[in-house]
Amino acid sequence: MKISRLIVQEIAHRFLNFVLAVTGVSIAVACLVASVTMIDAGEIQSEQLVAQRQQEVKDAGKKLNDEMRKITKGLGFNIVVLAEDEDIAAFHAQGAPTRTMPQDYVTRLANSEIVVINHLLPIVTRKVEWTEKKKTIVLTGTRGEVPQAHRDPKKPLLDLVPKGKVVLGYQLHHPDKLKPGSKLTINGRALEVAKCHAERGTVDDVTAWVNLEEAQDMLGMQNLVNAILALECNCATIDRVAEIRGEIAKVLPGTQVLERGRKALARAEARNKAKKTADAALESAEESGRQIIESRKAQANVLVPLAVIGSFAWIVLLAVGNARQRRGEIGILRAIGLGSRHVLVLFLGKALLVGLVGGGIGYVAGYMIGTGYSEPVQESLFDLNWLLIALLMAPALSAAASWLPALVAAGQDPAVVLQEQ
Amino acid sequence: MLISLQNIKKTYTGDAENVIAVDDVSLSVDAGEFVAVVGPSGCGKTTLLLVAGGLLGPDGGEVTIDDIDPYSLSTEQRARFRAERIGFVFQQFHLVPYLNVLDNVMAPALVTGDPAARERADSLIERFGLGKRVGHRPGQLSTGERQRVALARALLNEPRVILADEPTGNLDGENSQEVLQTLQSFAQQGGAVLLVTHDPDAVAFAGRQVALSSGRIAENQE
Repeated sequence: MKISRLIVQEIAHRFLNFVLAVTGVSIAVACLVASVTMIDAGEIQSEQLVAQRQQEVKDAGKKLNDEMRKITKGLGFNIVVLAEDEDIAAFHAQGAPTRTMPQDYVTRLANSEIVVINHLLPIVTRKVEWTEKKKTIVLTGTRGEVPQAHRDPKKPLLDLVPKGKVVLGYQLHHPDKLKPGSKLTINGRALEVAKCHAERGTVDDVTAWVNLEEAQDMLGMQNLVNAILALECNCATIDRVAEIRGEIAKVLPGTQVLERGRKALARAEARNKAKKTADAALESAEESGRQIIESRKAQANVLVPLAVIGSFAWIVLLAVGNARQRRGEIGILRAIGLGSRHVLVLFLGKALLVGLVGGGIGYVAGYMIGTGYSEPVQESLFDLNWLLIALLMAPALSAAASWLPALVAAGQDPAVVLQEQ
Repeated sequence: MLISLQNIKKTYTGDAENVIAVDDVSLSVDAGEFVAVVGPSGCGKTTLLLVAGGLLGPDGGEVTIDDIDPYSLSTEQRARFRAERIGFVFQQFHLVPYLNVLDNVMAPALVTGDPAARERADSLIERFGLGKRVGHRPGQLSTGERQRVALARALLNEPRVILADEPTGNLDGENSQEVLQTLQSFAQQGGAVLLVTHDPDAVAFAGRQVALSSGRIAENQE
């Protein structure tokens, strides 16, 4: 016969004692596992919610950027870089710049590390008389956007006007019912209509866009430009225009920078504000999730130690009762030769078994309680580590609680027990 | 000498007064001897038996069992010494209530781990007529059967000495006879039996009788 058989037989004989001890351990383990499972579920749920919100905000941001793009595209370029000697008052009065600057300015700007503007477009523009139609128009030459060296290529706001082609504003094509493909002549130069813009209600309606070189030729402004148009980035800064001016001044000292389209920018800023509000809501949701988890952790910090201490006390009580109950039996076993070591093994072996069974039952119960009281999550809440912890810590707890009663039982004098009986 | 008790003294310390249980008792039991210690209740018989069994250290005197002083051994060594050299039989049987007959008989083998113990246990169970009760627990046995189980347990490790404390106290005549015959047979086969009793019928089986009175030997007769 082995000690293990003695342990199993004793458990079978005093099964209620075993069940009560296992229940104590199970409750402690179940409290721990349920708390951990609920915290895990809360964290996963919170992460999923935040991820969902993040996606919503991201989608909204994407939509916002798209709308911004449409707005700014509709508006056209809202940053104008003008020559140093440009009279801003005259520029506003005439609706077009009159001074020029070297064409390579745009190359310097494009090759710089500037990030506060993009979509660089050099133009020559001048208010001229369309002699064939006897109309005053704005003739603008553009070579298309200049790619910025340090940036990924962007879809241009304004397409390149090929040589021999012209893009017409509303007031220039509508009265004569001109369409893409129509032929016309501007101040002696034969051109084909490439595109007709819808009415914008701005100076664009009386503008004809031609290829930059052709415009320079028509206006006698070879290798010169009047302005560099750009689109300011939708960056959150305290004073955006001042920052843009500062950045451009570093590359093109002496040039002047104007911002156009305040109304649209205000709208964009409102949308930026809306994005900030969404971000704040997201942060709030994250904070709310964190608070719920912290609250659950705080509850667990109280509940779990209480359950463990209660379980410990309960097992001590049961072990003391068990040791008292087995006093006579231990006395005779000691008399016939079992050492105190054997008696310790008898009690601690039982305690370990109680812990192992209690740990297993407690884990299953705790997991079921934890998942049952949590909002369903897609991921599995099963954690092998916690199962192992339960199966290791519960026997350790049980053995620790039984240690003193086992020592007392092992140390009892068989002669005293035999004399008592 | 298998059992040698020389000038044994044992006093129980109490709150009010000290009780001298055994006072300068010397007693030897040789191999093949069956000695009965008799005397009224409280005369120190059981104390003397516990001292002889290595269970209760004397305040004075010398104890040797099979030429070894059990009290010179550590607690764990003394426990193993008891398991290997001494068989105990008690009036109350002291069986483990949740073990069946076989497991109770096999209990001393927990210490020795002797692989032949099972065979001896089966043999003892058959010898004591418990073959059909092998799976029964003490609560399912008669008093006579319980004492036979206790006897089989005492004999399992083939001890040199059997110490019996009123082994027939709870038994009827027939079962008493069987127990005493077993003890007698054990002595005849070279063992030493020290029986504590106040049963006159039991004394008749002993080869020698020692009478105790107030912790002292009053009479020692063949």
